[in-house]
Amino acid sequence: MTGFLAQMLNGIQYGLLLFLISSGLTLIFGVMGVINLAHGSLFMIGAYLAYVLTAAALPLWAALLASVLAGALFGAVLERLLFRHFRKREHLDQVLLTFALILLFEEARAALIDNQFHSVPVPALLDFSVRVVGDFAYSAYRLVVLAVCLLVAALMVLFIERTKIGSAIRAAAESPEMVDLLGLNAAWIHTLVFAAGTALAMLAGALAAPLQSVYPGMGDGFLILSFVVVVIGGLGSVGGAFWAALLVGLIDTLGKAYLPQLAGIAVCGMMALVLLWRPSGLFART
Amino acid sequence: MTSAGLRGNLLLGLAALAVASMPLWASAYHMQLASTAMIAAMFALSLQLLVGATGLVSLAHAAFFGLGAYAVHLLKQAMGETPVVFLSLPVSVLAAGLAAALIGPFALRTRGFYFLMTTLAFGQMLFFLFHDTPLGGGTDGVFIQRPSLIWAVPRAQRPTVFLLLNLAVLALTYAGLWALMRTLFGHALLGIRANEHRMRAMGHNVQRLKLLAFVIAGALAGLAGHMAALTDAFVSPELLGWHRSAEALLMILLGGIGALHGPILGAFALTFIQEIGHLVTERQKLVEGAVILAAVLLLRHGLAGIRR
Repeated sequence: MTGFLAQMLNGIQYGLLLFLISSGLTLIFGVMGVINLAHGSLFMIGAYLAYVLTAAALPLWAALLASVLAGALFGAVLERLLFRHFRKREHLDQVLLTFALILLFEEARAALIDNQFHSVPVPALLDFSVRVVGDFAYSAYRLVVLAVCLLVAALMVLFIERTKIGSAIRAAAESPEMVDLLGLNAAWIHTLVFAAGTALAMLAGALAAPLQSVYPGMGDGFLILSFVVVVIGGLGSVGGAFWAALLVGLIDTLGKAYLPQLAGIAVCGMMALVLLWRPSGLFART
Repeated sequence: MTSAGLRGNLLLGLAALAVASMPLWASAYHMQLASTAMIAAMFALSLQLLVGATGLVSLAHAAFFGLGAYAVHLLKQAMGETPVVFLSLPVSVLAAGLAAALIGPFALRTRGFYFLMTTLAFGQMLFFLFHDTPLGGGTDGVFIQRPSLIWAVPRAQRPTVFLLLNLAVLALTYAGLWALMRTLFGHALLGIRANEHRMRAMGHNVQRLKLLAFVIAGALAGLAGHMAALTDAFVSPELLGWHRSAEALLMILLGGIGALHGPILGAFALTFIQEIGHLVTERQKLVEGAVILAAVLLLRHGLAGIRR
């Protein structure tokens, strides 16, 4: 029973990490109309950043902060230099551009760091277990990750639902022409969304680094699952991405725990069912 | 999408003759390299039926290629003895075509970005099937027994025999697609790429046409996968991974998305560039990434479009 509880919490926490990644992905699709296959690589970069900084004896919270700041800056540069010019290009061009970025990011990682597996230690302050109910104890660091993800999700929803820029982003996701007609600065919104998406993906990578090992191509699995989340949640919908990410996180984690050989297939099978039932996503407004 | 005219096909024929004459002047290593390029060309050609003809960018295509390759291995496991090529080849084509017929109806319910994402996910599902389960022999791949040809091929003759076999299958694939694009069905696919709504308004069953293209393309990818298994005698889960699909898309873009013969040029160009890169640097991905960047930023109509 306690094992099952732990797996449930693991699933929720995994789902929340997935949400950090896929919320950026879905907004970038929705607002800019750009498919970014390199989004998983940004997650990988965040994890390696955490590894490098903690190996240099910096605390993990500093690495988390650095991943957000570096991510925002990196995302803004990528958007201005490359993605801006690919908004109106064909899907084939976007797929290949972002595939090239994956290859180049992996090469840069190999050249700057190495091709080895690394582990990032859990901060000493959080390296204990908390008794949750009865004699069921759960890692304190995992609980903190849970809380941080929930906090970020809440902030994001508040920002998107309650602020002026947020409503401009929602308008842009629904109808890009509308933003131009209303006289809002679409170019600035695109940079903002891409920078935020990159920062979120890199933050997720840095948060996940102490939970799993840091290794080449670690973003690939997250990329596929994020795509499933976006499909199930509905393109451009942050709320949809939240519930879909929890669903996918739970199914993937429970699947890996109890039916290890079928986990990868179970998630995609669920996506197939959603596509049959509601091709534009489970949570899309119809 | 244009098909090569009389002159273009004559040039392709001359190139085929040059490849066929390789046993007279080239080393075994270079013949193997040519075989690799021709298998890549078959694979990219099959994807061109979706991308160039119908306007569907699929990331699941490598899964059908890999399935065709693994079918050779699985068939041997099931039979307990090495199958003859006349059995393994149709089995590979059927297995890949069947998988495409199963996945197609789901993936084709979506369009645009959703189609990209769902084909990526379905393709990776097949990848995980071979990567995570013992079905195909494990994560690192397995050496397999080649299907037997009509006569026993001595080791020294293998590069020559496989070169000619691959050339023949590539030529047949190209000729088949060339003929297919001249039929009413081929024209209907071009119509879908140009304007799907109009095709629907004209009374075409667009969904069924797309599915048929998806299945034919998948089956042809399985054929290419079979030739890869036959040539290399090795299969691994990487064959099914989406990076392979992206590589085939790169060949299409390199060769020219607007031309049926583009993928052949693209496959040979990419194999050539990779080989040069291999001699110059250890960093393979750097070379490939730079080639893609150059292609998407500079080469809008591919190699086939340079003369225009």
